[in-house]
Amino acid sequence: MEELQGRWHDLDRLLLRPGNLVGPGFEPCAELRDLLQNDCKVLVIGAGGLGCELLKDLALSGFGNIDVIDMDTIDVSNLNRQFLFRIHDVGKPKAQVAADRIMQRVKGVMVTAHFCRIEEKDVDFYRQFQIIMLGLDSLEARSYINSVVCSFLEYEPDGGLDYSTIKPMVDGGTEGFKGHARVILPGVTPCFQCTLWLFPPQITFPLCTLAETPRSPAHCIEYVHLIQWGQDRVGEKFDSDSPEHMKWIFEQAVKRATQFCISGVTYSLTQGVVKNIIPAIASTNAIVSAVCALEALKIATMCSKGMDNYMMYVGTQGVYTHTVSYEKDPNCIMCSPGVPIEVDCSCTLQECIDTLLNDQRFKAKLSRPSVSFQGTNLYMQAPPILEELTRPNLRLSLLSLMGGNPSGGVLNINDKKLHGVLRVRVSFSKEMDTT
Amino acid sequence: MAQRNNKYDRQLRIWGDHGQAALEHASVCLLNCGPTGSEALKNLVLGGIGSFTIVDPSRVEAADLGNNFLVSWENLGQSKARSVCALLQELNESVGAKFVEESPEALLDSNPSFFASFTLVIATQMPEKALIKLDETCRQQRVMLLVARSYGLAGLVRICIQEHDVIESKPDNPVDDLRLHKPWPELKRFVDQFDIDAKDQLEHQHIPFAIILVKVAEEWKAAHGGRLPSGSKERAEFKAAVRARKQSDDEDNYKEALASAYKVWAPPTISSELHSVLDDSAVEIHSTSTDFWILVAALKMFMANDADGDLPLDGAIPDMHSYTDYYIRLQKVYQDRAEANVSAVEANVKSILRKIARDSLSISRSTIKQFCKNARNLRVLRYRTLADEFSPLAAFKIQRLLAVEESRELEQDVLRLKAICINLLNDIGVNGASISEDLISEFCRFGAAEIHCVASVIGGIASQEAIKILTRQFTPLSGTFIYNAIESTSSVLQL
Repeated sequence: MEELQGRWHDLDRLLLRPGNLVGPGFEPCAELRDLLQNDCKVLVIGAGGLGCELLKDLALSGFGNIDVIDMDTIDVSNLNRQFLFRIHDVGKPKAQVAADRIMQRVKGVMVTAHFCRIEEKDVDFYRQFQIIMLGLDSLEARSYINSVVCSFLEYEPDGGLDYSTIKPMVDGGTEGFKGHARVILPGVTPCFQCTLWLFPPQITFPLCTLAETPRSPAHCIEYVHLIQWGQDRVGEKFDSDSPEHMKWIFEQAVKRATQFCISGVTYSLTQGVVKNIIPAIASTNAIVSAVCALEALKIATMCSKGMDNYMMYVGTQGVYTHTVSYEKDPNCIMCSPGVPIEVDCSCTLQECIDTLLNDQRFKAKLSRPSVSFQGTNLYMQAPPILEELTRPNLRLSLLSLMGGNPSGGVLNINDKKLHGVLRVRVSFSKEMDTT
Repeated sequence: MAQRNNKYDRQLRIWGDHGQAALEHASVCLLNCGPTGSEALKNLVLGGIGSFTIVDPSRVEAADLGNNFLVSWENLGQSKARSVCALLQELNESVGAKFVEESPEALLDSNPSFFASFTLVIATQMPEKALIKLDETCRQQRVMLLVARSYGLAGLVRICIQEHDVIESKPDNPVDDLRLHKPWPELKRFVDQFDIDAKDQLEHQHIPFAIILVKVAEEWKAAHGGRLPSGSKERAEFKAAVRARKQSDDEDNYKEALASAYKVWAPPTISSELHSVLDDSAVEIHSTSTDFWILVAALKMFMANDADGDLPLDGAIPDMHSYTDYYIRLQKVYQDRAEANVSAVEANVKSILRKIARDSLSISRSTIKQFCKNARNLRVLRYRTLADEFSPLAAFKIQRLLAVEESRELEQDVLRLKAICINLLNDIGVNGASISEDLISEFCRFGAAEIHCVASVIGGIASQEAIKILTRQFTPLSGTFIYNAIESTSSVLQL
């Protein structure tokens, strides 16, 4: 497709003109536009409220190669903000419809859709992207991507970071009129694990309140959802997307509330409590996504200074933003270099554990260590069922258990004697053990 | 109808049916549909405003295809307003859509009454001179105005309304209104039915914490000449008195009582902002007073005559570890008191309405009830005219300089801009030489470009503020919002 003359007139102001308030090493030139168009691969995780906006913003910032991944299909309640979808799209995969509509409207951009869970893609899928944009709505999903991206980090033996292994992530989140945008350069700025405390704990109700002394409509609803369902509809797995299941919960909750003289159980509240619905509007998603996409443009081209490194946004009383430079946790189990150990290529998992137990640095800290690698349990001391399941791994080669990567990687060691997780960086010595 | 509720479900949970109804009754006029304006309108269309009209004279050019999502390639050379209008209609078929192919400045000159039919005008990328005139026109015609501008990696949003009153400001951290320090007779009588020293263990650990605190507070007052605990020593003693009534270690109601003990000596106050509202000159009621001020006047009467300076009781109580039956009955005591307060305020409203020869039923009880519930957090915002705000000469010069985007010598532009800025700052008493050269260069570098992401942020903020002023919920910006996309920071300033 031939590029239309003058199309990127406004963007060119930032890409072709020199400036002083720019990123390190900024070189204004036409090649920057080519880089965005052809060489920079960006992944957008999520094609919902943030995802739709991100795709638009990235496409209109000159990015030419975008992948988008989302496991969901389109629902009517998405239409107040997920503007790439129409009423006749309900039921179709979000990623596919979003990709098609962006390509239709912004000529020349290539958007590849992936209709699947993020866990279904292997690590090498994520390795191919220069920047990863997160438009997610859960801590679990963020943690997963974080562990994958942090596993790409390579450190020199002296603990120095190999900067070429950093894969930047830009993360956004919204809820009603509030939100945040942050830039994560693993190994440099804090990763998700470093700042896990930023996520407030989920509210759960005590069991005795639900079962014996409910006082609010939400208590009645959660009782039916968490306790009564299992008793009355034995063997049936509760599905919050099933209208029949939801209707049953609602009606039973009303009965229970009436019994206790509690008012206020509505179908809308029932849905909200059971599905943990987060209120959402177009404007907040638009704002947060645009801030994120702009950061991606800066990361790719250095055309301006990058956000350092977390911006919170509150739009309920006036407009309030606060940008803060959080620091990474030097002992982070995900992104820190970890304590180095060296083993033979032929070393088994059992031999590795023995090495740890005999190592002066860890002896006092370990008694019966459990070992995991990039979210997979290699050997678990407990519970008995897991121990039995993972016991065969002890005899297997550590190198193969760690994906066969001769440059090694990081193992997470858990032990009753430890306060937290011990991060151990394994490197494999070149010589094979010939004895 | 069910589908409409489903479509708007995620936002109905924020502003309710009445908020949505206000949006659906709104008619919005957008001036200039470049990316900034189009993004603002896109968010409002998705939210379900009643209708919009776009005013823009330009044709779709190549540069628009690089930064505006609401134009398409098929429309190259055609009316931009028509293109944006059509694509917005696709986003929400319930919204009425019109466009006018004219320049906003020309329309303002030739037919200012055009704007009278709208609820809200959103003016984007317009020069200050025209904005001053637009602001005057809109105020005369009682039409609300929102100004938005994006410029390279910077932008601003400014509301222009004579007066905007908010009942449902919905603060982020609402406080409990338990009146533990000042229980009214019915609450006292209810609390007297409980014995917090009961030997029955189950009973003891299921008494709501509010009851515990009222009792201990009453005992304290009796022993201290009617005073409440003051100073850290006495407060520690009070908490010790609560702790002494515990009969075992894991009584959740006592944990709650200790965590909430401070509410006895630090009940919610009347903010200075609310005092300003109560002392506002508009509280002097006359025949053209709005419902809002009549309600404030009635509230003021209530506080002076019926409530010893207190606001009406909220009526809601937080969850408390307790038997269901105790909690529900306690809740009713609070709800009944709140209803009684509403009735008292209602009587005042009716008497005021009669005095100004208005139908005494013209303000409904449900309106009065909602007002009482939100009384603690009323907001009144008045915005200065743009004529007052803009320092005439220097500002026009900056506008002219920054608006023209021919490729000139950047360095010359920087010098000229710097000179103007220094003069402007010196005029208002700030040391002009302190302005950063880098920043001045950067603004010249931008060359009046509309960068899509920045336009999207500014448009997003503008649409959010529009929603707040249309629904009359939450608190709109009190000053000018300025966005710095270089550092990813923002400020709200009274200019």
